[in-house]
Amino acid sequence: MIKVEGLTKRYARTVAVNDISFEVEKGQIVGFLGPNGAGKTTTMRVLTCFLPPSEGKVTVAGFDVLENPMEVKKRIGYLPETPPLYPEMEVVEYLTFVGKLKGIPSKDLTRRVGEVMEKCAVADVRDKLISKLSKGYRQRVGLAQAIIHNPDVLVLDEPTSGLDPKQIIETRGLIQSLAGDHTIVLSTHILSEVEQMCERVIIISQGKLVAIDSVANLTNRLRGAEAVVVELEAAGGRPNPSEVQQRLEQVSGVSRVVMKDSRNGRLAFEVESLPDRQIRGDLARTVVNSGWNLNEMRSIGLSLEDIFLQLTTSEEKETEKVGATT
Amino acid sequence: MSSVLLICQKELKSYFASPIAYLLMAFFGLVFGFVLYRSTGDVMRFSFQMQMQGQSMPMNLNQQIISPLLGFASTISLFLIPMITMRLFAEEKRSGTIELLLTSPITDLQIILGKWLGAMLLYLCILLMSMVNLALLFAWGKPDIRPVLVAYLGLLLQGGCLLAIGAFISNTTRNQIVAGGVTFFVCLLLYLLNWFTSFDNGPVWSALNYLSIVTHFDNFAKGVIETKDVIFYITMIFFALFITSRSMESLRWRS
Repeated sequence: MIKVEGLTKRYARTVAVNDISFEVEKGQIVGFLGPNGAGKTTTMRVLTCFLPPSEGKVTVAGFDVLENPMEVKKRIGYLPETPPLYPEMEVVEYLTFVGKLKGIPSKDLTRRVGEVMEKCAVADVRDKLISKLSKGYRQRVGLAQAIIHNPDVLVLDEPTSGLDPKQIIETRGLIQSLAGDHTIVLSTHILSEVEQMCERVIIISQGKLVAIDSVANLTNRLRGAEAVVVELEAAGGRPNPSEVQQRLEQVSGVSRVVMKDSRNGRLAFEVESLPDRQIRGDLARTVVNSGWNLNEMRSIGLSLEDIFLQLTTSEEKETEKVGATT
Repeated sequence: MSSVLLICQKELKSYFASPIAYLLMAFFGLVFGFVLYRSTGDVMRFSFQMQMQGQSMPMNLNQQIISPLLGFASTISLFLIPMITMRLFAEEKRSGTIELLLTSPITDLQIILGKWLGAMLLYLCILLMSMVNLALLFAWGKPDIRPVLVAYLGLLLQGGCLLAIGAFISNTTRNQIVAGGVTFFVCLLLYLLNWFTSFDNGPVWSALNYLSIVTHFDNFAKGVIETKDVIFYITMIFFALFITSRSMESLRWRS
């Protein structure tokens, strides 16, 4: 449905998106994941024909965004980061305006407006001015606006940002209910959202594609690695946190040690292993041999969040290394 | 065409949903009414004096009142137009609604034409306020209607020209104040060109003089439709709307 090949987008001084390629099948929900400023919004703007690509070929439903923008625009519904609402309009009036703008024939218009208001649960504010609506309602009106012409592809830029937890759950449910009929691309920096809603994840960082895989695969990819929380205290006196961290890092098979907590001489560390390495025995021995008390040791699963951090930070480390050697 | 009208309708709606349309209409009506009152009074006093001295002076409403009055209206419009156009694109850019328009299946040109037409209709509404005043002259006097209509046509053409320039300037920024300020400055410049150049002769000066928006209005104010003036205004409108669409395209590539 969506095909992106070698997409690069340069602004005056920066490269926002650098040589990204991916494909999205019909009916899939794909999550765009990345830290702020990674290039998510830029990529989405190219998909929706708001910005032209500097390089590369982008097709939506078989139409090129540069050669056939009108056909692409007809088939795409877009909810930007801030919903594009006219505060001086009433909800019905606004949706009718957008419906006409998207070219819905006037005989279907009233019916469509009614349908999307039902679907997005904004029917109870239909005659209210948009300027009087709460953030949650605005977001839903924005969503209603995006689906009014029943587009093949839905592009949602951070659809849940700024909402309260209840509204987030509602919005997620709404988006999930839209899947199937529509191909959905959504961006977010909340990882649990991707874990819950998306079938596939595209992770980008600093304009580059870092990983593209199904959520299940991505979690599996680092399943070999384990993460352990180690809590210890000194038998006599207080252990020096940096010393402890150093010792733990020296244990073979450890990839990362993060200090979590320090209270009344008790220290808690989160230790991650390299893939397919068992580190618990060695960890325990090190702690005990150093003369500290091992209070607790429990394993925690690596979440998508950790994977994401590993992927995006290792990228940074690599670039640092490259920078250092050149 | 229907998309153009849709945008136009939306623009009008947002003008009249905010106080700006009413404020501009009230302001124009007030100033125009006051000037009409003053100038009618002056003409009356002057003709009384002439009669006292035994001379009779034929009252010509068209020449003595209406023509200078509508010329004055063209000056006032220099102040009104920045206030009409400053929000046209700048507001949509700031609030992000431009993303809706640019990702909908309509062309840049349809958006620009719709917005310009909306601004034109508001400008027409403002001009209509002055007709209330002129109606009084028609009720108690017998001015010739044709030159009045010609002058209004001139006002509309001149306004359309400045509105198109204002639309272009509003498209280059997301700040309404900047858009309004720069538009005012440009309008003022086009107005002053006439002053600066009227005492000098020479090809450069006359070319500059030709560019002045006001120069071309003079004939309309006298009730004369000159083809070259009409063509000047229409060319300017097309040119300004054309560079607006070019700048929209170029902003898309640059930003």
